[in-house]
Parts: sequence; C-alpha cells; structure tokens
Amino acid sequence: MALQSLDIKARSATTTPSPNVRIEGAGPVAKLIDISKCIGCKACQVACMEWNDLRDEVGTNVGVYDNPRDLTDQSWTVMRFSEVEVEQGRLEWLIRKDGCMHCADPGCLKACPSPGAIVQYSNGIVDFHEENCIGCGYCITGCPFNIPRISKKDNKAYKCTLCSDRVGVGLEPACVKTCPTGAIVFGSKVDMIHHAEGRITDLKERGYSNAALYDPKGVGGTHVMYVLQHGDKPELYANLPKDPNISPLVSLWKGVTKPLMSLGLGLAVFAGFFHYVTAGPKEVEEEEKTD
Amino acid sequence: MQVTRRQFFKICAAGVGSSSLVALGFAPGEALAEVRAFKLARTTETRNTCPYCSVGCGLLIYSLGDKAKNAPGEIMHIEGDPDHPVNRGTLCPKGAGLLDFVHSPGRLKQPEYRAPGSKEWTPISWDDAFTRIAKLMKDDRDKNFIAKNDKGETVNRWVSTGMLAASASSNETGYLTQKIARSLGMLAFDNQARV
Amino acid sequence: MTNHWVDIKNTDLVLIMGGNAAEAHPCGFKWVTEAKAHRKARLIVVDPRFTRSAAVSDYYAPIRAGTDIAFLGGVINYLLSNDKIHHEYVKTYTDFSFLVKDEFAFNDGLYSGYNPEKRSYDKSTWGYQVGADGYVVTDPTLQNPRCVYQMMKAHYARYTPDVVSSICGTPKEAFLKVCEMIAGTATPNKTMTIMYALGWTQHSQGSQNIRTGAMVQLLLGNIGVAGGGMNALRGHSNIQGLTDLGLLSNLLPGYMSLPNDAEQDYKAYVEKRASKPLRPGQLSYWQNYNKFFVSNMKAWWGDAATAENNWCYDWLPKLDKGYDLLQVFENMNQGKVNGYICQGFNPLASAPCKVKVSGSLAKLKYLVIIDPLATETSEFWQNHGEYNDVDPAKIQTEVFRLPSTCFAEEDGSLVSSSRVLQWHWKAAEPPGDAKGDQEIMAGIFLRLRDLYKKGGGAFPDPILNLTWKHRQPESPSPEELAREFSGKALKDVTDPKDPAKVLVKAGEQLNGFAELRDDGSTSCGCWIFSGAWSEKGNLMARRDNSDPYGIGQTLNWAFAWPANRRVLYNRASCDPSGKPYDPTRKLIAWDAASGKWGGADIPDFKPDSPPEDGMNPFIMNPEGVARFFAVGLMAEGPFPEHYEPMESPLANNPMHPKNEMARANPAARVFKEDWASFGKPDQFPYVGTTYRLTEHFHFWTKHARLNAIIQPEQFVEIGEDLAKEKGIKDGDHVRVRSKRGFIVAVAVVTKRVRTLDVEGRKVHTVGMPIHWGFMGLTKNGYITNTLTPFVGDANTQTPEFKAFLVNIEKV
Repeated sequence: MALQSLDIKARSATTTPSPNVRIEGAGPVAKLIDISKCIGCKACQVACMEWNDLRDEVGTNVGVYDNPRDLTDQSWTVMRFSEVEVEQGRLEWLIRKDGCMHCADPGCLKACPSPGAIVQYSNGIVDFHEENCIGCGYCITGCPFNIPRISKKDNKAYKCTLCSDRVGVGLEPACVKTCPTGAIVFGSKVDMIHHAEGRITDLKERGYSNAALYDPKGVGGTHVMYVLQHGDKPELYANLPKDPNISPLVSLWKGVTKPLMSLGLGLAVFAGFFHYVTAGPKEVEEEEKTD
Repeated sequence: MQVTRRQFFKICAAGVGSSSLVALGFAPGEALAEVRAFKLARTTETRNTCPYCSVGCGLLIYSLGDKAKNAPGEIMHIEGDPDHPVNRGTLCPKGAGLLDFVHSPGRLKQPEYRAPGSKEWTPISWDDAFTRIAKLMKDDRDKNFIAKNDKGETVNRWVSTGMLAASASSNETGYLTQKIARSLGMLAFDNQARV
Repeated sequence: MTNHWVDIKNTDLVLIMGGNAAEAHPCGFKWVTEAKAHRKARLIVVDPRFTRSAAVSDYYAPIRAGTDIAFLGGVINYLLSNDKIHHEYVKTYTDFSFLVKDEFAFNDGLYSGYNPEKRSYDKSTWGYQVGADGYVVTDPTLQNPRCVYQMMKAHYARYTPDVVSSICGTPKEAFLKVCEMIAGTATPNKTMTIMYALGWTQHSQGSQNIRTGAMVQLLLGNIGVAGGGMNALRGHSNIQGLTDLGLLSNLLPGYMSLPNDAEQDYKAYVEKRASKPLRPGQLSYWQNYNKFFVSNMKAWWGDAATAENNWCYDWLPKLDKGYDLLQVFENMNQGKVNGYICQGFNPLASAPCKVKVSGSLAKLKYLVIIDPLATETSEFWQNHGEYNDVDPAKIQTEVFRLPSTCFAEEDGSLVSSSRVLQWHWKAAEPPGDAKGDQEIMAGIFLRLRDLYKKGGGAFPDPILNLTWKHRQPESPSPEELAREFSGKALKDVTDPKDPAKVLVKAGEQLNGFAELRDDGSTSCGCWIFSGAWSEKGNLMARRDNSDPYGIGQTLNWAFAWPANRRVLYNRASCDPSGKPYDPTRKLIAWDAASGKWGGADIPDFKPDSPPEDGMNPFIMNPEGVARFFAVGLMAEGPFPEHYEPMESPLANNPMHPKNEMARANPAARVFKEDWASFGKPDQFPYVGTTYRLTEHFHFWTKHARLNAIIQPEQFVEIGEDLAKEKGIKDGDHVRVRSKRGFIVAVAVVTKRVRTLDVEGRKVHTVGMPIHWGFMGLTKNGYITNTLTPFVGDANTQTPEFKAFLVNIEKV
C-alpha cells in the first residue's frame, strides 16, 4: 500500500516521478488557527501528544505560562504567550499555537538530502518519514519557521504530521477536534479561506481594523494559516515572521549542487553551505552496511 | 510499491539529473511514503462522561480488542464524542489527557493499612479492611450516639464520625452513600460542593 | 445553572465575573464563542486578574478581590437611576411592589436585630407586611416608601460610580462602560447571561455576591429567558448531583432539609416547609413537600415506614447546629471526632489553613480513604520533607486506603452544570484489586449491619431496616440504585380527578414527581430526579441530539431535572398574556387552542394554567414572584451590602468607616481561636487570591503525565509594580506568607495582575494557583491552602479562598 496510503506530490531528494494521477476529492486541506478565539488552554498540545504517543519531559516553570518551553521531538506544537499593549493601556494577551505550517513550497523538503525522508502529499500535508531520516538537520535550516527538532533519542527529525494518519482515513487532526473554542478548524483550503474572511469581518467590526489572514506567499502559501487580530504586525505573536522565505542557502544549494552532484562531488562540499553538520553521514554509512 | 536501492540507482541512471544523496550512493533501503497506520481501526468504542468539571463532556473511550473473552480491554485512547450536544467532540487539556489519568502511576491498586505511629503502608485484604472499619465505626457509634439531647428531645444523631463524599462519583454511589450515612445517624457529612 | 451550556449561544452579552470559564470550563465556554460568532454577542470579564477568559473578551475591567457586591451594587444603582430596567417584568414577576415591615431597618451597615455576641440576627423584622387575608400587602403604584422598589433604590443609591471605583479599584470609566453594556440588555429583545463560579462563592459574603448578580438579572428581565439566567458553573463533574441528592450536612435529597432539635413534631416540620401561597392564585409548589418526603422515607425504609410512625421521621438525625466541613474540622481539632471517611475528597489540600486541618486529622482514631488516586490526605501522616513536615511516630491515627474505580471503569450517571443527568458506560476493568464505590460502601455497611444484627447496639432500627433489595447485596448495581432514586409505585397510583383511572400500576416506575403521593403508595429516593428511569427505560442514557427549534434545547438528550426542563423559570420569558417577550428566542408560549403551555422546553409552570388566572412564574416561591428582598432567608440581611473580606488591606469598610462591627460580614461565623489566625495589613499588606489554571483539574491531574508536562511547577503571579518594589524577576523563587504559614513557588511577573487604586492608595494582588502538592507527577509543591483563612460564607460556610492577606519576599 505504501505510496498509495496518501497521494504524493513531492518527496525529498527523489527525482523519480511520484504517482500522481489521482485527484484529491476535497482539494488541498488546511488548518486555520484563529488567534482571536484561542484561550491558550493547551488542549491541542495534550491531544497532539496523546494521539501521537508522545510524552515530553515534565519541565520547570521559568516565570511564564509557556510549557514545554519550546518545540521538541515530543512536543510538535506549543502555545506561545505574548502580553502586548498595542494601544496604550489596553492589554492584550496574544496566544499563538506554534507548529509546522505545512508550506506549499516546503523549505524542509527542498533542503532534505535523504530520499523520501520528507514527503508532501497532494492534499498539502508535509510529513516526515523518520525511517528515512539521516538526522542531518538540513530541514531545520530549510524551515523559515524553525519547526523541526532532532531527537536526542534516535537522532531523527520530528514535527507535526497534521495527523496524516487521521486525515488519511477521513478524520480531522487531533488538535482540531479537541479545540474547545473552535479556534482551530480544518477543511479544504478554499473553505478555510472563506471561514477566515468571515472571522476577519467580525474582528474589524469589533475594532481590529488590521485583522487579516496569514497565508504567506513567500513559501507558496501554507496549509496551516492564522487569523491575526493585528495582521499588519505578525511579529507581535511571538515573532511570527512577517514575510517568511526559504533560506537563500537552500535555493543556492538546489541551483548549484545539481550540476555538482552529477560530477559526483562529495557530501562535504554542499554541507559547507549550512551552518552545521550533524551526525548524519555516520547514520548513512551504517545503513549502507546493512543493505 | 517496493523500490530497492539497486532499482533506485537504475531509475536515477536513466538520465534524470539528481540533487540527492542517491547520486552519491547514499540511498536508503526503502524510500517509501506511508502514513502511520490508523490506530483505532478495530478497537472497542465506549461512551462515557468526563469526570473533571461540570460541563459534562461526552467521551469516546477506545480500548484494545473486541471484547472477546480472552482479550480484556485495555484503554488506549480517549477523545471527545462528536454527537454530544455540549462538547461536540471537543475536549479541554484535562479531558484530552484523561488517558494518563486512567493509567496514572498514582492509581491505587490494593487496599492498604497504616498502623498508628507507623511510617509505612502495609497491604490488607478487602475483607479484613471492611471488617476492621466496621468494627471501629460500630464501637464509636455505640459509645457516642446521641439518642436524646439535654432537653430530652429525640435527636438520634452520631457526630463523632464524619464523612466527606466524592465530587466525581456517580449519582448511584451518591444516593447509596447518603442512604447509609443517614441510617447511621451521621450529620458530619458533606461533599465537595461545600468548598 | 438556571439555563444550560448550549443555551449560552442565544445570548447578546456575557458577563463573566466571579469565574473564569475559558480556563475552568473550556468546552462550555465554546458557547460564548458561538454567541459571539453568530449573534455578535459581546463578552465582559470582571476579574482581579486578566485571565484567559479576558484574553478573548471584548471588555475587561479589573476589580479588587472581595468587592463584587460593591461593584454590582453600583450596577443596580446605575440601572435604577438611569431607569434601565424591564418595567413590566419587574412590576409583575418580582416583589417590586411588596411592602416591607415598618420595623425593618438598616443602620450604618447593620440590619435590625443584630446580636454582636452571637454574630447573628434576630430576623423577625425582615419580612413583608402581611394583611388580614394572609397575603402580602402591595403597592402597584410603587410610590410607597416601604415598597421593595423604593427601599432597594434608596439602599443602592449609596453605591455611586465614585464609591464603587474607590472600593473596587476599578477605574471609573471602566465601571461605567460595563454598566452601559449591561444596561443595553434591559429591553425585551436583548439578554445577558452571567457565568460565575467559585470566584463568587469562596468569600465570607459569597452567597450575597450571587444574590446581587441575580438582582441585576431580574432588573433586566433576564431570568427565565433563552440566553439569560444565573449560571453557576459547578466545579466538579457531579457536585451538582451530590448536592441534588442532599449529601450536605443539613440536607435530604431534592433540597428537602433535615429537622433541627426543636422540630419534634413531624406535622409542624412539614408545614413549615410546605409554604402556603403569599399572594392570591399562586402555586407555591413546595406545598407538595410531604409527598416528596414520604416517598423518600419509603425508598429508604420500605415497609418499616408507616403512617403510624410518621414514616420513620424520628429515625432521621436532628441538627443542633450546622455540621459543615469547617465545623467538623473545628470539632476534630477539639478532639470531638474519632473517625472520618474521605470518599474521593482530599481535604488536606482542599480545606483552608493546612496546619489546622493536618493537626485535626492527627487527632483522629481512624481515617478511611476511598479514592482512585494516592491523595495528600491519605499521607497526611507521612513526612514529605518541606512540603509535609510531620513526624509519623507522633501520629496515632489508623489509616485505611481503599482503591476505587474511576469514571472509565464503571456505569452510572453524573449531573452536569446544566442539570442534565447523563449515563456513562464502563470501558475497562479497574487496575489491580480496585473496587467500585458502591461495592466499597456495601462492604462496610453490610458488615456493620451484621454486627448490629448479631450483637445489637445503639439504635439499630434504621440500620437493620434500611432497604437493600439488591440482587447481589454486596454489589448494588447502578441500574437498581437509579431505579430506586427515580421512584416507583408501591400501590396503584390513581388520578386525583378520577380515582377510577390508574396512572401507574403497582410495581411500575413513575413518570415523574407529579405522581408522588403522601400516603405511602409511592417510593422515590430523590424527587427532583423522578422520571429519570421510567417504564420507558433509562432516560439518562438517551442520545438523540436533535434540536428541532434550533436554540439548543435537545430535549431528547439524556434527562434534565426537574421534569426534563432545560431552562428554569421559563414562564418568565413570556409576558403576562403568555406571549414570548422575544419571539426569535421562544422557549414556551400559551396556546389558547389547546389550553396548554408548550414550545421548545418543558414549561416550568402549571401546564394548563391560563394567563388570565394570574399565576406568576416563580412557582417555588410562595409569593409566585422573584424576591429582591430576601426576607429572612439570608444570614446577613435581605439586601446585599458590601463588607470587606475577613482579611482586608483596608482598616475599615469604606461604606461604614466608623462601624467596626460592619467591617467584615457581621454574620460570618468565626471560631474563637481562629480570630488570632487572621493577619493585619501592616504585616501582610497584599491581597492574596487562589484559583485554578486551565491546564489542571484540582489536585487530580498532577497525577496525569500529560497535564504535568503542560504545567509542571507551582508558581504565583504578581504585577510588575510589586515585582519591582521587591526586586523579584520572572522565574525567581519567592516565599508567600500569611498569618497561617508560607509557601515557596516560582514567580511569574505579569502585566495581567494590576496595581489598583483603592481608597487613595495602591493595592497589590498576589495570585496563587492551587494545583500542587506532594503527590503526583508534577514537581512537588506546597499546598496553597496552607495560606487560606479558616472562615466561610455566613450562609453556606464555603471558605474564603478568594480574598485574604499575604506578604511576599524573594527567597
């Protein structure tokens, strides 16, 4: 069944054509996170861990509500709390659910050197297949949102799958289902944009004149979108990038290395384009031996 | 679809320019793309109610197995009941984490006894526990039961033993507890609603 | 809740005050977001902290903890002085026109009849004027200065916006903005819902906080209507049910009450509770009290309960005083209690003033814990280092710890805040040797009964005769118990209008409490639950979620008490002629053709009483109307008055600066030795308040790893000004002290806790979540109730957890 379990749009480091004759019945999917409705309850964090059989460390409190403090291999989504006064004297507590944005043009996939470790399904989900991951960390460099995390346990990269296993059988992702206030909704991307428009109208009527949809074009749009009360200032939301782009290094690598590759130049050459090299190569060697 | 590394090489060698490790000889055994298997496919679904706050959210509890005699169900996942008119499938962070309440290492598994002045628990059988508790209660009740007050009025109360009733126990438990407590003449009797 | 969770979607304005629904009841709060999305509703949050409810509100106003009556009194003043009230509603459906006794008086914070030694009132003057015909005297012109409207207006005229702002620390413009938004719902086509919880109850004047909120709602005509109501968000999954079943020291099932010592005469006991109508043509439904009572006694004592022995009236224990939790721990502390049973209750963590609770438990001869989890109370005798520093060798209490099942391992019903009884089904066996609560209670009871049977002892009759008709006596089944509290006919029940007509045959389950009789022919363990399990089967297990009227009533989903009614007082949603005030939100209406009330809900009314008969909507009150003037039913007075919390940062009550007796609630009970345990502002200058966080449930979820992960460690919240003053930064460890002890926790410094301007000076608040302790998977922490005072509300004795005094220092 493998490849057919969800239809493939793109695979990392793979140039064989993916089977793609089928058309998604519902079209590309999207998750819409309406920050104006989010109460920061972290039900999505719990549902994510529970569904995906993850359990992060019991950490400590460092003086904020954010816990766990950051994304990890066990926490594929976290709430980021920001206390801001956009208007003098009017406090707002902006709470953003952070996690993979499932970019239409996924920097992680582009950067990934391991065949089939990152897959983009035709419904828009960008999924990591850890069995193919070599732990090089290039996906992190390729990600404009700083999402993937390498596990210390198995040295592989992990992130939100948009519950591809649930979506694959026709269910909504676990975080979407659990969200008590309906701040997270899921459906076809077309429907989600329509839903967002209604929310933005409502927010404008309540005085948020800059309310807007966050669906950044620099990454080809995303399959996880936000409704922001202050659409003109995404950075208020725990530094959500205003105009995210795939690192030029990734594009450079793509452009330059293709010809270099065919000349058989080694790993070290293109690895120099990135800031760090992880234990990847060793992993690959081991795999070679078992082949 | 099964692609071996050798086939991969062949595909690549067939003239498609590659920007991957494949071209460098680093192809994994399988470069496949399968989503994780859907884990609820043949589990048993049971309808329940969240035991925490009073919203009374509907739950679907998923347990391993199909209730066959040889497969005692083990709860492996809990999510919201989409039919429930109030929660409509949603659950808050407490409800969404119920699996870890059910399987908490803090769950009590056997009756225990702590003797006066002791530093530790010792196991006790249910029968011994019930018998010992009943005796303690009877001794106290017989000694301290007040049939009549100083004015000679019939009052039939027992206030030297008290009880706090649960907040998440069922109505059926609550009703039985109320009935028993009053039959004993108990007044020092409250539930979590008091605080 | 007078209304229910889904009904919140029908509102135009939500006031969350004395609660934090987004955090404590997130899935119920969704109906607020639905009202916002589909009705353009607005949300106001009034709270000492900018909570996660405030984060999604349209308007937030800060308030000093413990000053809600001042705030709401100011709202009442605003509504009355700006004439923003629902005129027809208040004139017809409330006691606006009723005249109050001439002797009733209010002087400098105290009502007539106060006895300072007893800290209680002689309430004989707190009543209406009653005419020779036995009915209350009224003045429909509302001109008489003794009418409730005029008296209330005068009473609250003192709560001006400046006074409110000065007491509450709420900026005046914020207060007025809230008033203006609330006043907008005085018209018949607009409504407001009030959502409150322990932020109102856990005060020495908690009951009056709620009454003041209810008065605001009555003035606006918002009680009994869809999208309106006073909505108490109960904190646990079945404290509604356990309260309904009367598991409180002074109650019997269905809000019947136990007799006190003086009530030796059964008939007088019933007559006192079966009030006759106080106005012509009113129903006064409690006149049926004896039917409920006799049926209850038949359920408990079966054939032993006869007319000759007054249905075993004398078998019930009689009260010489209240035996609420605080009183019982006081008795325990005095060595008057030998045994205690904690069934799913963790008083060491949940009760105030840990040092007193811990010391009291150590004086017990025996303690029985029945719980699915290893609670702090079960190990009160164990040394857990700084978090529970006791010497086990010195504690002579025998402790039994009995493992019980949790929700997933049992069948049964729970009552939600919506008053809906919902059945749930067992999904798995309990771990290890754990047993269900019913089996455990039976295990203890049957052995006790055997001991009395064999050896006799003190008054064994009620024990030996307790009905116990279970197929497996050692394991009464939930089905059997549910059928017992729902009720059945012991003999044929006939129609009172036509004795030849049999309504229910002997042995059959009853359809509802209207079929209860006081001649011993019916048995029913909880009259308000009657009909939950009828001959149609278990209605609590119904799962039809259809909503034919589109306003969320779902009458075929499970079973609501009373009589499957979803919105209480729904007759008040119609005008006196029986037409809905707002046809777009119609609950019921009078249908002249069929001669019946009907619609989207079960009428909370006599179903065939035509509007012209003038029966009023509040059928449980002998007046038939709602009361602004509480007559003698409240401990501290018929009109709520602002009193300072028992521990207050102010030296006096700004409303009555010269009357020390009116500083804090004059009727709040304080045990003699506890006066010394209250702190003064010179040593403890900051307002402490305790609360829940959304990530945790009480002291349970610290045992669940997922919840431990998302909120792992104890913290306290302080504002930036106080942090600066004390040199405290985010993440520092701080020690918070009250007169009763201290806790150490991580500091969260936040803009969300504001410094308030109160009576011309700055008042800081220290916010403290409650969830930590020395058992479970979170980082060990101090029990927050180490700090809280041992004093409760004057009516309910619910402890004052929400406002007390502390000091704070960096560790």
